[in-house]
This record gives sequence, C-alpha cells and structure tokens, in this order.
Amino acid sequence: MAKIQLVDLAHARSGDKGDTANVGVIVYDMNHYEILKELLTVDIVKGHFGEMVKGRVERFELPNLGAVNFLLHNSLDGGGTISLMNDAQGKVFSTALLRLEIDVPDEIAESVRGRGRAPMGEVDDPL
Amino acid sequence: MTEKGIVRIASGQGFWGDDPEAPVRQVKEGPIDYLMMDYLAEVTMSIMQKQRARDPLAGYARDFVPLMGKIFPICVDKGIKVITNAGGVNPRGCAEALVDVGRKSGVGGRATIGIVVGDDIMDRLDILLADGHELRNLDTGEPLSVIRDRVQSANVYMGARPILEALSLGADLVVTGRSTDTALTYAPMIHEFGWAMDDWNRLASGVVAGHINECGAQSTGGNCLADWWSIPNLAKVGFPIIEVGSDGNFVVTKHEGSGGRVTRATVTEQILYEMGDPITYITPDVIADFTTIELKDEGNDRVRVEGVQGREATESLKVSIAVSGGFKAVGTLTYAWPDAAAKARSADRILRERIDLLGLDLEIRTELVGWDSTHGHLPGYPPQDIPEVQLRVGVRSEDKIAVERFTREISPLILSGPPSVTGFAAGRPRVQEIMAYWPALIDKEVIEPYLKVEMFDV
Repeated sequence: MAKIQLVDLAHARSGDKGDTANVGVIVYDMNHYEILKELLTVDIVKGHFGEMVKGRVERFELPNLGAVNFLLHNSLDGGGTISLMNDAQGKVFSTALLRLEIDVPDEIAESVRGRGRAPMGEVDDPL
Repeated sequence: MTEKGIVRIASGQGFWGDDPEAPVRQVKEGPIDYLMMDYLAEVTMSIMQKQRARDPLAGYARDFVPLMGKIFPICVDKGIKVITNAGGVNPRGCAEALVDVGRKSGVGGRATIGIVVGDDIMDRLDILLADGHELRNLDTGEPLSVIRDRVQSANVYMGARPILEALSLGADLVVTGRSTDTALTYAPMIHEFGWAMDDWNRLASGVVAGHINECGAQSTGGNCLADWWSIPNLAKVGFPIIEVGSDGNFVVTKHEGSGGRVTRATVTEQILYEMGDPITYITPDVIADFTTIELKDEGNDRVRVEGVQGREATESLKVSIAVSGGFKAVGTLTYAWPDAAAKARSADRILRERIDLLGLDLEIRTELVGWDSTHGHLPGYPPQDIPEVQLRVGVRSEDKIAVERFTREISPLILSGPPSVTGFAAGRPRVQEIMAYWPALIDKEVIEPYLKVEMFDV
C-alpha cells in the first residue's frame, strides 16, 4: 500500500443549503469507485474536517456516477448572509476534503499520482 | 419542436449577476427552442421585497428588462420562447416594463407575455398562521410564530403547472416569481410532448435536465475542477443546452464553436452541486432519484442522460422565508513579509482588546486570507516566509450601532498596530443587514388555488 492524497483519485464539487455544505466526490476512473466507497466513511470525513464541521456528517452513495455525496451540517457559521466566513457558501469544502491522505494499492498509487494537479508550466510558471 | 422530435432548451443565466452576454450568444449562435433564465437565490426575494417597499414599480430582476430589449426581436423572429423567474416579488411590474421595452425593440403586436403570480404569501401570512399552518423551520423545528415580526418575505416554490398554463395560452415569454429553478427547464418539455403529470420517470428526467441547466456554465466547464487547466476558451464559454426527446432522455451540449467543455466530468460535477439525498430530490411535481441517472459521454461535447426514475410528488410545497437577523461587517488589512501571519495575528489581538475596551457586544470571526480562510486548520501553520496574508475580521450583532463602531476600528490599526500593513484603499467596511433564511413546508391545497396566470400583449 502507498499513501496518496484524495485529490489524485477524485474530483469534487460543493454547494450549500443554509448552514449545511455538501461535498460530492467523484472518481476520475470508474474502476476506483469501490476504493472511494470503502475509504470515505462518515467517521473518516468527520475526523478529517474536525472543528470545521460542527454538526453531523451524512453520506450518500451514487455508484452510477462514481460518486459519494456528503452533507456537512453546521459548518458555515450560519450560512448565507449570516455567516462571517470568507467561504460562507462552502464552495471550497470540496477541495478541503481532497486534502485527505489515503492508503491505496501501490499500482493504483503509481497510476494516479499527480492526476489531480495542473501540469508543471500551467501554474508553476515563475512569471 | 424541431426535426427528429427534439426540443432544445438552453440555459441563459445561472444567477442574478451572471454573464449578461450569455443569453445573447444562446439565441444568436445556434438553434434553440427555449431559453430558460434563473435569477433567484435564497436571499434574492428579500432584497426584492425591500426594493418594492421603496418603489412599487421595483422588486424584480431589473437587468432582465434591458436584456430582453436586446434579444426580444431575435427570439420572436426565430420562435424562441423565454422562461424565467426574473419576476421576483413583482412579476406584474416586470411585465409592464417588458411590454414597454418590447415595443421599443420592434416586437409590438407580435409577442405575448404570460406572468405567474400567487407564490408570494407575505400578505396572507397571518391568516395562514391563524389557520394552523405553523411553517416550522425545516432545520430547527421552530414554528414561524417565534420570529413573526422579523419576516421580510415569504414565497412558495412553484412547480411547472402555472408555467404550462401560460405556455398553453400562447405566451412567448413566461415571467414567474419564485418558481423552482428546475421547472423553468422541464415545463417546456411537458408542454411540447404532452407528458402526463403522473408520468414520474419523464418528469424526473426533466428535473435532472433542469438541475444541469440551472447554474449556467457550471455544467459546461465553468468552476470545473477536473482538468480545469485544459478547459478551452472560458472567455466565450457556451452555456448548456438540453436536447430532449419525447421519452424524456436527453443530451447535454452547447453551441458548436463555443468555449468550455461538456464531458462526463463537467456534467457530473454539476449534478452533485447542492445535492442532498440523491434518492429523494424533492420538487413540487415529482421526486427524482439521482442514483438512477445513466450518463454516456458521446464525445464532441455531448453527454447523454438516460434511465432517470421518479416517484409521486409530496403533498407539500417548500416556502422560502427571509427573516431579518441583525447586522454584520467585514474589515480587511494586508500584512507583508517578514512574519506576515504573526503580524496579522497580533493586529487581531489588539483589535479585539479595543473592542472589549469599548464594550461592544459583537460576535467576532477572524480569518487570515492566504492561510486559513478556505481550508481552516487543515493546511497546518503557515511558513514563516509566507509573503503576505490578509487579515479578515467579521463581526455580527443585533446592535447596529456596535457594528458601525467596529467599522471605525480597522483603519486606526494602520498607524497604531503592527508594521508592514497595507490594503486599506477600499475604506471603511460597509454595514450589511443580515437576512436569515427560514425554510418551511406548506400544504399544496392552500397555495395552488392562488397560483394565477395573467397575459400581457406587447
């Protein structure tokens, strides 16, 4: 087994409903869905976010889309116009979850490493 | 309906403030039958309610009127029908302005506007409460009566039925108040194909199409994380177009030659946006099961959606209630290397001490933009060499005077706080009124008789 960051296995999008943020995590390769499903438990996600998520975490599977959806309750400081957060609508909770470090079989780690990051030159150009 | 029994429903606006050129490109740069435009977010209705209180002619998405001035002639010439919830809390006012701008744009005598009213229950709120409709908060369970005096607006989310009525009366342009975003896309499907209102699978497929259309370019490459660096020509991004057949299956695409991208990845990201329980996506007309969606990437910016299943709708409608909730303000200052983050932290401590000394009753939240304002504690401590951070301090309170006083405490830090500070050119922070969102349910039977269509000739 080898460690990778979730960002190399999956992409994600977030939205909000009141004080709840959602994170939909989507595998790049449908063959990796089972891994995603096994690894992303409610406990792992709740533990990863720690104090960022004050309420409970709900989890929903969408095998048809290679995705797992999470609802992160009480995580937006009230949400909407109440919130004092820069990310009041939880738009980037998605990438916050993709920081998660996961253990995957060596050959998968090899094949996906760097998948989720812009190639050098795209963003690392030193002007 | 075009050749092969396909109807093309284009998205022109994902929110009030979206690219004003997008709908123009949608009607000009290729064939479409319908243009849907979503203008309403959760708090928009309360803003519009305030605008109407100041000016009885206001209370709708004002930008929509000059936009129609631009595209009305093209739409009428090409037979493109426009469906939008731009009417806000004043669809009549919106229609009157549209008649005027329509005549000026040369479509006088050639177009009809249908408006939908009845979603606004502000005027009969007390009657409904007295009749036992408690409008309990879906999140907290509290009845609305506890904050009745703070209610600023109350609107029911309407489904497709009133839009269908307007279309069947021959409307070329349908302007609603608080319609659901998805109904703007699937109402024309029901109208064109004559689907029954209990044909749950077809209706559910229409809901999925609506969800993909409702945020504009967010399904065609905008805000897409997957391979974002390689998505072409976002400057002229093509907004989504749904090509639907009578069986309810559809293709998501965009105009040929437009920027952006339509792939399994771009569409899936939008499907997951603002998703709750995917098996139970509740709308006024049907419950859609998003776990039954089958996606096929056909290449060439075409993604096929098939197999969507739905089930019978509930007996209630969602109500969007806006409640005033005090005041807030956010102040920012930028600190530079060396020790940028430590300076910002120090400035925050001084600021909080001054707030204490003044005895201001404020909730305070501090973030350092460039370090912890997006991913919180997850990235760990910032490197000592971090080139800069922005100190961002937000406060909120029921006490407007306390919030106003806070806004005067930011700039003194420039000369009387830690060094290497800049970024204050925007001046004193603005005090904003907080509008809290109160979601509730109400029985369909007390709302539906009030939903009415009115027609206006241009």
